[in-house]
Amino acid sequence: MEEQKTALYNYHKNLGAKFVSFAGYEMPIQYKDGIVKEHISTRSYAGFFDVSHMGQFFLEGNETLVDALEKIIPADLKSLKLNHSKYSFLLNNDGGIIDDLIITKTSKGFCIILNAACKENDVKQIKKFLNKDHKYFLNNDLSLIALQGPKAVEILEKLVPGVSNLKFMTGDNFKFDNENLYITRSGYTGEDGFEISIPNNKVEKLISFFKENKVNAVGLGARDTLRLEAGLCLYGHDLNEKINPIEANLKWAIAKRRREEGGFNGWDKIKKLIENGSEKKRVGILPEGRVIARENTKIFSESGEEIGLITSGTFGPSVNAPVAMGYINTKYAEIGTKIQLEVRGKKYGGKVSELPFFKKSYVK
Amino acid sequence: MSEKKFSKKHEWVSLDGDTATVGITKHATEMLGDIVFVEVPESGKSVEKDGQAAVVESTKAASDVYSPISGEILEGNKSIVDDPGNVNSDPEGASWFFKLKVKDKSEFDTLMNKSDYDKFCAENPS
Repeated sequence: MEEQKTALYNYHKNLGAKFVSFAGYEMPIQYKDGIVKEHISTRSYAGFFDVSHMGQFFLEGNETLVDALEKIIPADLKSLKLNHSKYSFLLNNDGGIIDDLIITKTSKGFCIILNAACKENDVKQIKKFLNKDHKYFLNNDLSLIALQGPKAVEILEKLVPGVSNLKFMTGDNFKFDNENLYITRSGYTGEDGFEISIPNNKVEKLISFFKENKVNAVGLGARDTLRLEAGLCLYGHDLNEKINPIEANLKWAIAKRRREEGGFNGWDKIKKLIENGSEKKRVGILPEGRVIARENTKIFSESGEEIGLITSGTFGPSVNAPVAMGYINTKYAEIGTKIQLEVRGKKYGGKVSELPFFKKSYVK
Repeated sequence: MSEKKFSKKHEWVSLDGDTATVGITKHATEMLGDIVFVEVPESGKSVEKDGQAAVVESTKAASDVYSPISGEILEGNKSIVDDPGNVNSDPEGASWFFKLKVKDKSEFDTLMNKSDYDKFCAENPS
C-alpha cells in the first residue's frame, strides 16, 4: 500500500523535515532544528504538531448510542457534558486495550480521536455495538493540528478570539476564515495547549499564522520525548491488546460509576484486578547517569532477578537526563525501589520513579 | 599530524607517528541528530579494523562506532562522555572518540581521502 500523506506534506518538506514511515503515513520526525531544540522551544514558548494522521471519528445517533459505546469504552458517557472530553480506551473481552483515545461529547453525538495505526480496526470494533439508528464516519477531510506550550493560548487567542475561555479537556466550535473549527484545550505534551480540527484546505493558512508568530513546527521525535517526560503512554509500545488498564496504572480513566456498575468489555477481569491487584504495573524508571534504557531493555532487581521490561525510553531534554517507563513486577513497583537495567549486555543502576518526570501545566 | 582519512561507516582517522585519533564525521552527526549519550572504550582494549569500539546515541536511536583501524586503545575522550552534545558542535576537532596505538599502518592507506569521502556521502544519501 502506498504511504499516505497529510495535507501539510509539502509544507513539511519545504521546512526541511526528515520523514519517517509511521502507521502508514509519511510523517515528519524532525525539522532542521532537531529534536532537542524543538522539544525545548515547545516547553519555553510554543510549537505546532501536524497530527492529521490520527483518526477523527464522528458518531451520531439517538440515546441508544451512549449505551452502545459504553459497552466498549469504560468512560461515563451518560454524564459527559456537551463539549467536554475524556481520556479513555477501547477494551476487548479480556480487558486488554485495543486503543487509547480522547472522546468528546458533540451536539449530535461524539467525536473520538483515534491512533493512526489503530483507527481502521477501531472502527470495526466499535461498529459491532452500533445499530441502524447510529451513523459513523472517519473524516479524512479534516486535519488535526496541536498547538502546545506556555504561549499557545496568547497566540491562538489573537487568531480565534474566545479560545482562552476553554478549560483543559473542553472544546467548542469557532469561526476562522468562514470555516468552522472545532478546538479543544488538550494535547499530549504535558503543556497547556490546543488541538484544532480544521478543513484540509484551510490548514496552511492556520500554519502561516503560527509561523508569523514565531511558532515552529515540531516533529514526531520531540512529540515522543515530550509525552514521555509527561508520563503519557504511547499505544503499541506502553499499551497493547494484552495489557489492561489496571496494569497500565490507568484505573483513574475508568469512571467511578463504570467501576461500580460494570457492563463493559472485560469487566469481569478488570473487577478482579481492582480487588486483588495486578501482577505487574506500569511505572516510571530513572536510569542512573546518562545511559539510555530504550524499549525492550530488561529490568532486574538488585539481587539479579528479572522483574520487568522497558516499553519507552529516551533522553528527556527538559529533565536533562534519561527517562523511561515500563512494566515491573508489582512487588518492586514502589517509588524509589532500586533496580538494574541491562543495556548492551551490561547492568546499570536505576530506580522506580514517580510519573510524570516533568510537571504538567494544564489550565483546569 | 597527517591528513584525515575516512571510512564508509562515517568515522575519521588522523595519524601522528603510530598514534591514531578516531572520531565520527560531521556528516554522521547530521544523520544522527542530537547526541545525548556516548560510551568510549577503556585504555588497553584491543580493537580490530571495522570492529565495534564505541557507542553513540541520539534522541532517536543507539548506534555503534567502529574503529577504522586495528590497534590498542590508548585513551577514550572523557569530555564527550560528560557532555555528549559537544560531538554535534565539533565532531571533527575536539570531540574525537578515542586514540589508539596502530598495529598496521597500511590499513590507514586503504581509507578514503576527504574528496572521495564527500563523493561517497553524495552518492549514498540516507
